[in-house]
Amino acid sequence: MSDVYAVSAAPHIKQNISISSVMWQVVLALTPALLVGIFFFGIQSFLLTLYGVVAAVATEALIQKLRKVPVTISDGSAVVTGILVAFNINSAAPWWLPVIGSVFAIAIGKQIFGGLGFNIFNPALLGRAFLVASWPTLMTAGWKSTSPMALFKSSINGLVNLPSNVPAVVTSATPLGVVKALRDTTQVSADMAETVMNNLASMDTLQNLFWGNIGGVIGEVSAAALLLGAAYLAWKHIIEWRIPISYIATVLVLTYIFGGINGLFSASIMLPFFHIFSGGLILGAFFMATDMVTSPVTKKGRIIFGMGCGILTVVIRLVGGYPEGVSYSILLMNITVPLIDRYTIPRIFGEVRK
Amino acid sequence: MSVIKEFTKGIVKENPVFVMALGLCPVLAVSSSVENAIGMGAAATFVLVFSNIFISLIKGFIPSKIRIPSYIVVIASFVTIVDMVMEAYVPALHKNLGLFIPLIVVNCIILGRAEAFAGKNNLIRSIFDGIGMGLGFTLALIVIASIREVLGAGQFLGFNVLPVTFKPMLVAILAPGAFLVMGLLMGLMNLKKK
Repeated sequence: MSDVYAVSAAPHIKQNISISSVMWQVVLALTPALLVGIFFFGIQSFLLTLYGVVAAVATEALIQKLRKVPVTISDGSAVVTGILVAFNINSAAPWWLPVIGSVFAIAIGKQIFGGLGFNIFNPALLGRAFLVASWPTLMTAGWKSTSPMALFKSSINGLVNLPSNVPAVVTSATPLGVVKALRDTTQVSADMAETVMNNLASMDTLQNLFWGNIGGVIGEVSAAALLLGAAYLAWKHIIEWRIPISYIATVLVLTYIFGGINGLFSASIMLPFFHIFSGGLILGAFFMATDMVTSPVTKKGRIIFGMGCGILTVVIRLVGGYPEGVSYSILLMNITVPLIDRYTIPRIFGEVRK
Repeated sequence: MSVIKEFTKGIVKENPVFVMALGLCPVLAVSSSVENAIGMGAAATFVLVFSNIFISLIKGFIPSKIRIPSYIVVIASFVTIVDMVMEAYVPALHKNLGLFIPLIVVNCIILGRAEAFAGKNNLIRSIFDGIGMGLGFTLALIVIASIREVLGAGQFLGFNVLPVTFKPMLVAILAPGAFLVMGLLMGLMNLKKK
């Protein structure tokens, strides 16, 4: 197909880049995060990822056979989808959860639109949204963590005159779940909640968030491992900086302004970093929002896309019903991509500005 | 075209839901359980058959400029009858279907058949058209509702049909499940036609 559409003026520089080389490098870049997941949550997380990948590849092959189009499972795109679906799953989940998620992601998220390159939504995120809507308790409860109480201890230590019900407020085991509980609670005063939240966003916590010593889904816990993979992809020019940077910067600014419980700018300076490194933001910003098929092609459009994702994520985290909003914000922004592309067509070189 | 053909065309070939894509609002809204689907299908079929009968009888008297309001008056009368009868005899079902019973008045299938068929055809053919279309609508609702109820609640007509280890796929009885199931069934119907 690329031969048909190569219609730009000569000279052409031909690069040795193909779908499969891109996809397998993404797989390589996701490996550190998987290793951290295995380190913290055990071999179960590897098995769940394997089930997700096998299901995704098998579904892709089966549907391509049924559609009588060439079977392209060796290009690795189904493998990436399978890994990303499993990365969104709790390590304590049953084996069939990643399987169903991957089948849905490939069948409904991708092949029904016509296969790779035609899908409107990021297939892995669609799979995740389907799983959350279908089995909310399996997807959002029962978090396993290597040091479940470490986070809360560090947040509660040193507080004097703490009412005895505060630890009960902060017993949910993902960092963003704790923040949500603190924002929503009526059991303690807003000042107390603010103090606990600011203590939560301490250097200790940030270190745990960075290395991955927290509760969460398989692939999201370690910012360090994800950033390592993302750096590799950026070095290879597979992902481009505009989407992730504008996304993360938007979250940083907005959580600094609106993140506090006692009105604007009331949060500690650490809280925005807490928001960046917790939840699925790093995974989403570098590996999902940058999906080549479902993100804008223009440079200006990518910045708009990233900022849109950031705004939606912060809105969902701070005022929405869920503790985490990365997946829904990327899905929602996926819808706007054709519109963004249409309004950000760059001026042709030499064209007179209107 | 024979009378039998007027009857059977509504079931598969010109199925109001899967082929003509009419009346989708109640289809999406009440197909979360088979019981609701049967209730909705029966109510719509009753209104469809009787509005077809009356419209084909009075079509000679209605000036064509005001035919749509006249059809609506006829349809609304029968919907009111259905609404009151259901409220009296099956209050639980009436409560489940709620607003969607009065909304049968604006159901496109009924007005569509009045405008496209009963206003142009004789009594016998209009009756069979109404029964066939009503049956097609009801069957489509039941098929969608069966899939949604079994997957989303592990039940069929309120009885548990799947082993207790089955974890219901909640999305099937939520709004996205209605769109997904209907879309996939429509796709299958189209695939078969090719």
